[in-house]
Amino acid sequence: MISVPTSSRASAARTNPLRRVMTHTITFRILSVITVLGAWEYAGRRPISASFPSFSETFAAGWEMAADGSLSAALMITIVPLVIGITMSAIAGVAAGIYMGLDRRAEWVGVPVFIVMQAAPLAALIPLLVLAYGVGLATKVTVVCIMAVPAIVLNSFKAIRHAPVSLVEMGESFLGSREQVIGKIILPAASPVIFAGLRLGLASGFIGVILAELLISPTGIGDLITYHQSIAEYPKMFAAIAVVILLSVLFMEALERIEITLFRPEKRAQ
Amino acid sequence: MTATVVHAPGFQRSLGTMVSVRSVSKVYPGGVEALNEISLDFPKGQLTTLLGPSGCGKTTLLKIIAGLLPATSGEVMVDGMRVEGPGPERAFVFQDFALLPWATVLRNVAFGLELRGVPVAERESIAEHYIGQVGLKGFEKHYPHALSGGMRQRVGLARALAVKAEVVLMDEPFSAVDEQTRRKFQEDMLELIKNEQKTFIFVTHSIEEAVYVSNRIILLSRRPSRVMRIIEPDMPRGITPDQIRRHPAYLDAVEMIWQALKQYLD
Repeated sequence: MISVPTSSRASAARTNPLRRVMTHTITFRILSVITVLGAWEYAGRRPISASFPSFSETFAAGWEMAADGSLSAALMITIVPLVIGITMSAIAGVAAGIYMGLDRRAEWVGVPVFIVMQAAPLAALIPLLVLAYGVGLATKVTVVCIMAVPAIVLNSFKAIRHAPVSLVEMGESFLGSREQVIGKIILPAASPVIFAGLRLGLASGFIGVILAELLISPTGIGDLITYHQSIAEYPKMFAAIAVVILLSVLFMEALERIEITLFRPEKRAQ
Repeated sequence: MTATVVHAPGFQRSLGTMVSVRSVSKVYPGGVEALNEISLDFPKGQLTTLLGPSGCGKTTLLKIIAGLLPATSGEVMVDGMRVEGPGPERAFVFQDFALLPWATVLRNVAFGLELRGVPVAERESIAEHYIGQVGLKGFEKHYPHALSGGMRQRVGLARALAVKAEVVLMDEPFSAVDEQTRRKFQEDMLELIKNEQKTFIFVTHSIEEAVYVSNRIILLSRRPSRVMRIIEPDMPRGITPDQIRRHPAYLDAVEMIWQALKQYLD
């Protein structure tokens, strides 16, 4: 029997409560938000431009739009194509990326297509999509997919391809079958990069849906932005933009929660 | 007045051979010749060390024995069976530990058994036993990132022992572990080896480590690797680790190996 010093086991330092609050990550996050909003308020009050409202004006305008129901109505219109597009892109994109990561021939056929897709200026394709699908839901969903898929596919592909060689070797040396090595080693090892791709895809999907609403049919949040800009209601326009950003951050956060719950128990334990 | 036995490269032990390497050569794609016609026998129940200048193909030979790399020519026999790939009678301890970062110590140690389809309760009780053996009792629910390098390699060792393989292959297991932890770990390993009647094959580039832990040291020449010399440090077992480090046989063996390897440094 061998013994290991136990000092590291009881390393949880007991510090005083004030010190713990001051060094907690949440404290710093709140501090970061306050700094940004404070700078915004200051810039809006100076003012740096007649069309740039302060944070308080924007917040009030946002509150007003939330109260009269125009915000939630616009949000619903924007979220539906976004959620449909992102869900489709996530499922198909992750599957395609994993397949290309595991199979060289699929890689040779598939990867160039997605690299071209990622490089192409997709806004230029929108008139073509309008011709094909009109100005309805289908076009918006397609734009979201086109924007989101390349990042999701390419990241999933790279994640699989860069799974640590020594872990795969370990699985093989302990007699794991190909299925076991993929399921128990390669996929969990790839999950952080796959989820990074999903977050990038989600951000691109947001760009896609707003782009569609600005360029194709003035609906949803895109309509709120263009309409309030045209009548010079800048606080409301900025409130609409802020809501899009907030929504995007919430989606990202949700995605991270899903990742940690499903694949990263060691982060949960921290 | 040395008690250390030195054999010519052609020396073969006929009795109780566990692993037999026969004329193994390895040429990597691109033409790098790592091993050239290596023939070696590894006696049963002993710890044999492969020692040589860095980049000499020690790890390549170990991975060929493990079945993780195919040999270009020649063959490896383990307990009379030809090696075609990894097998249940061999277990590997990795230089970089190769632990699953998302799995607890318990699951990592039991992972070899998990891949073999051993039921949860059974594999966890086996894993718990070996976690105790390597001195990690109480760390079952910890994740690898919370452990020091030395403790992580103890997990790697426990995982190799848990599958009850007869041959344990260790690829520079202490190279990523700091010097002080390494000494303690070496002492613990000698203790473990005494209890586990297994054949250990150990790769290292540390001369002191090789002499300290081995029954038998195989000196390999620079690439393409050939067997240069076989040394059996004849140390009285059962003396304390500190006595071993001061024993004339230990010091002589270290000096002899150093003289032999010095020519490869330039």
